[in-house]
Amino acid sequence: MKKLISLFLALVLALGCLAGCSSGTDTDAPAADGAGTDSGATADNVVRIGVFEPASGDNGAGGKQETLGIQYGLAVQPTVEIGGTEYTVELVYADNQSANDKAISAAQTLVSAGVSVVLGSYGSGVSIAASDVFGDNGIPAIGVTCTNPQVTAGNEHYFRVCFIESFQGPVLANFAKSLGATRAYCLAKQGDDYSVGLCNYFMEAFGEADCFYETFPEGTSDFSTYVTNAKNQGCNVFFSPTSTEAAALIIDQAATQDLGMPILAGDTWDSNVIANAAQGKNNIEIYVTTFYQEGGDPEFDEAFRQWINSDETNLANNGGNDMVSGLSVMGYDAYFVALEALKAAGSTEPADVMAALWDVSYEGVTGLIEFDEIGDAVRNEAYVKQCNTETGQWDFVAVQGVE
Amino acid sequence: MEFFNANLPYLLSGISVGGQYALIAIGYTMVYGILRLINFAHGDVFMVAGLMMVYLSTAVPIYAAIPLVIVLTVLLGFVIEKVAYQPLRTAPRMSVMISAIGVSYLLQNLALYITGGLNQNYPALPWISDTITVFGAATKRVTVITPFLTIALVVVLVLLINHTKIGMAMRAVSRDFETSQLMGIKINRVISVTFVIGSFLAAVGSMLYFSNYPGVTPTVGAMPGLKAFVAAVFGGIGSVPGAVIGAFLIGICENIIKALDTILMQLGVIQSGLGLATFSDAFTFVLLIVVLVAKPTGLFGEKATDKV
Amino acid sequence: MEAKRNHTVLITAFCLLILFALAVVLQTLIPASSSWSMLLTVLQKGAVYALVAVSMNLLNGFTGLFSLGQAGFMLLGAYIYAVLTIPVADRAGVYQYYDGGLIQFSLPWPLALVLAGLGAAVIAYLIGLPVLRLRSDYLAIATLGFAEILRAICQWDKLGPITNGSNILRDYPRFSAMSAGSISLSTLAPVVIASICILFIVLLINSSYGRAFKAIREDEVAAEAMGINLFRHKQLAFCISSFFAGIGGAMYAMFSGSVQAALFRSSMTYELLLIVVIGGIGSVTGSVLASFLYIACSEWWLRGLDSGSFLGIEAPGIFRSGFRLVVFSVIIMIFVLFFRRGIMGNRELPDLFRRRPKSGKEASK
Repeated sequence: MKKLISLFLALVLALGCLAGCSSGTDTDAPAADGAGTDSGATADNVVRIGVFEPASGDNGAGGKQETLGIQYGLAVQPTVEIGGTEYTVELVYADNQSANDKAISAAQTLVSAGVSVVLGSYGSGVSIAASDVFGDNGIPAIGVTCTNPQVTAGNEHYFRVCFIESFQGPVLANFAKSLGATRAYCLAKQGDDYSVGLCNYFMEAFGEADCFYETFPEGTSDFSTYVTNAKNQGCNVFFSPTSTEAAALIIDQAATQDLGMPILAGDTWDSNVIANAAQGKNNIEIYVTTFYQEGGDPEFDEAFRQWINSDETNLANNGGNDMVSGLSVMGYDAYFVALEALKAAGSTEPADVMAALWDVSYEGVTGLIEFDEIGDAVRNEAYVKQCNTETGQWDFVAVQGVE
Repeated sequence: MEFFNANLPYLLSGISVGGQYALIAIGYTMVYGILRLINFAHGDVFMVAGLMMVYLSTAVPIYAAIPLVIVLTVLLGFVIEKVAYQPLRTAPRMSVMISAIGVSYLLQNLALYITGGLNQNYPALPWISDTITVFGAATKRVTVITPFLTIALVVVLVLLINHTKIGMAMRAVSRDFETSQLMGIKINRVISVTFVIGSFLAAVGSMLYFSNYPGVTPTVGAMPGLKAFVAAVFGGIGSVPGAVIGAFLIGICENIIKALDTILMQLGVIQSGLGLATFSDAFTFVLLIVVLVAKPTGLFGEKATDKV
Repeated sequence: MEAKRNHTVLITAFCLLILFALAVVLQTLIPASSSWSMLLTVLQKGAVYALVAVSMNLLNGFTGLFSLGQAGFMLLGAYIYAVLTIPVADRAGVYQYYDGGLIQFSLPWPLALVLAGLGAAVIAYLIGLPVLRLRSDYLAIATLGFAEILRAICQWDKLGPITNGSNILRDYPRFSAMSAGSISLSTLAPVVIASICILFIVLLINSSYGRAFKAIREDEVAAEAMGINLFRHKQLAFCISSFFAGIGGAMYAMFSGSVQAALFRSSMTYELLLIVVIGGIGSVTGSVLASFLYIACSEWWLRGLDSGSFLGIEAPGIFRSGFRLVVFSVIIMIFVLFFRRGIMGNRELPDLFRRRPKSGKEASK
């Protein structure tokens, strides 16, 4: 009897395997064709763009907003003319789960789907971890909001459309000084390239001696001690460029303990998660630097809002309201940069797209995007916003550069 | 005095989180005492209780949600025992432990699927989430309430174990599984009651914990679960008061280690931070290993005799 | 007896040869942009997991020591390997917050691979001194604790010049960059290294040491009475298991191209334990098979469960991110509850080719 059961189970397993294989080949048959041997069977010309974003984990909320921007780009411009033929754009999604180990297999699924170019990710760590997978297979990637210098440094295939930390850090330090801060408390998440890197550049610009730097381990939910530490260290600015998940908890503790100093953070905090968490907590002050200020391009904002409100899922992915996030705008711009590169390349071959990317010049919603010799977009301005704790909205403060 | 005032918040949050660990630790220590099973899924039951509150509070008023969460959590603990542990009663201990790890994996993945892996904001419970001031330190009311509530619950539990029939049965089963069975004690009923009590306390603990740190993620239960288990070992596994003392100690030490850089700098011992906060979780395990090596039976544990 | 051994060796060699040939042929035939390239990933990652699972099985299945420290030793191996092999020219980039780090040399990768194993074994020896005297479940929780402590130490900011703090380590020699002439070895290399290591473990299990381990598993007191030095043999099994876990960790680093202490959580150990259970506690073949099956399911076959369509069924509402893991955990629970002996029980590969499976005569092997 037992033998029968185990035989049956083995059979089910084997069948499952076979079915898994066959379904895999079925769906991917056009992929092999699209990647370019012969286009006899498929009349429809499809070009695949990989969306390498977190949909779960620490950075899930941000990744979803960035993906929304890319999806909106697709809705606005679903086709592209490559070498005289009209191609339909297809987005291939891979959830990197905000984890560096999961990022590698997610990247591999994109490679095996035969994408011509990859967009993403939100979060620098996953981009750095997956970089080699794209590089080994000669697929260009365009980072949307990964700000760590190491993403693009020392390789040919990674580009990015946003500013980098060695720019953002000093901007924040300057802003902190303009608020009258003399001693800064810096809090980063252990092993998170984004927050460790940003703290590092912030401290460099602010003066290492005037900073107290701490890291918290993954999965921390008790931030009360860190908030107390900041008070006891006699700091007068609290710098914590963390994920939105930690941010909500930090804000809660800061409000409970009446922190009494402004909280500063980078682009990740430019999210309605933060605005919602801070709403009604009138004893805290939050400033962030970001890529885009809502209202910077009213026409775009209006159309994007309409598109978000037209669909339940979009609305949920945007965090439940129609606030225009800087992340979405960056995603939108990155999508069009990719289309520009495809047009210029005149082919869907990843190698051609990579070569074409270096010379792309595109006037996006967030300004002119051109790549320097490292592959970074040339950016010299960031927007500083303050969270309005009464309305739960972001108020514009200043446009800040490095002196 | 100034030093005391500055550092009081550390002590307060240490005691508070210690109380919350204590409520989880009791579930571990009772189950281990009877089944000799490290119930790895207990931390995840705690997490699921948090998630239930998140979802229920949007559907029903908060006063109805609180008892509902407790009932559902108790039910969950009961079902886990019936489905995953009872069929393995005669199997080797390793199999049961693997089953526990499997349940923990399943609960975490279910939570991941339902929440989409995103942080869920825990609702503010009325009254206990309010901010109050204790000796000049601002904190939530729950911080102050937790230790008292924990101790009250423990006293009730100890009375239950020592003075009721089911409590006597529990003690008998934990002393000798097979003999008590021969004496006519319904083993399965005793074990079910143990899981019900453990889950009830985990549900209460989750309400206190998440009121303090209002974010629920699928893995949020793992660390508190492990720490609570260490607390149970520290106090002597099977001993309820031991587990509670161990939990308070771990909670306080953990917060002091997170603050150690700052405290040492205040005292002028060091000039710049050493990054000792990195070890706030690891310290718990150092404590565990020291206890296991030096006094394997813990503070209040009874001497175990290995039968050949 | 002699004939049986020859039979066993032949079958094993034959299977290995097929595997090696497959690795080379598939590598050259499959283009990167086809869905079948996931098969290569499965072979590479599966080989790494197979080695670690077998090393865990040596401890949990053959010696009866319930240890949950595997992720910690993998972490050590991966770090030793990565730290020692990053080319000097790339160190400034990797150790960007620590001015290029303290170590300014780099070793060839085979040497670093062996050192990774040795480093893990040495630490295992030290950990084993206090820990191996503990009873079964206390041993489990203590090894789990040590893995967490190792992780915290690797993440300590003050060790940053060596370990790069909690930040990512990369730019060291990887499998995907390995080739002989024009033939890429990115699949063959992990398969061959894992095979050699597993073969060594099999030889050990079949030696007098292996019999001693099994005796300890069956009955410690009886084993001691028969003159087996309990502690020494436990220590030996622990160190050897950790040695191969260390090599497995280094291979994991070579496979993934970047490592970070945060990856080696206790959930990784649980994952390995479940592989061992599915394969059958006490079967090397089972662990290897289960590793490949597990990786294939999680990386390839069941991916559709996460992205909307599976086996031709379109249900984006149910098949969304995370569903694959739920299905997975249910399968695992079914195994744990109803098929406790796993796929292979304690049989090995050659047993499958015999006409009549001998029951109850395992000891005569």
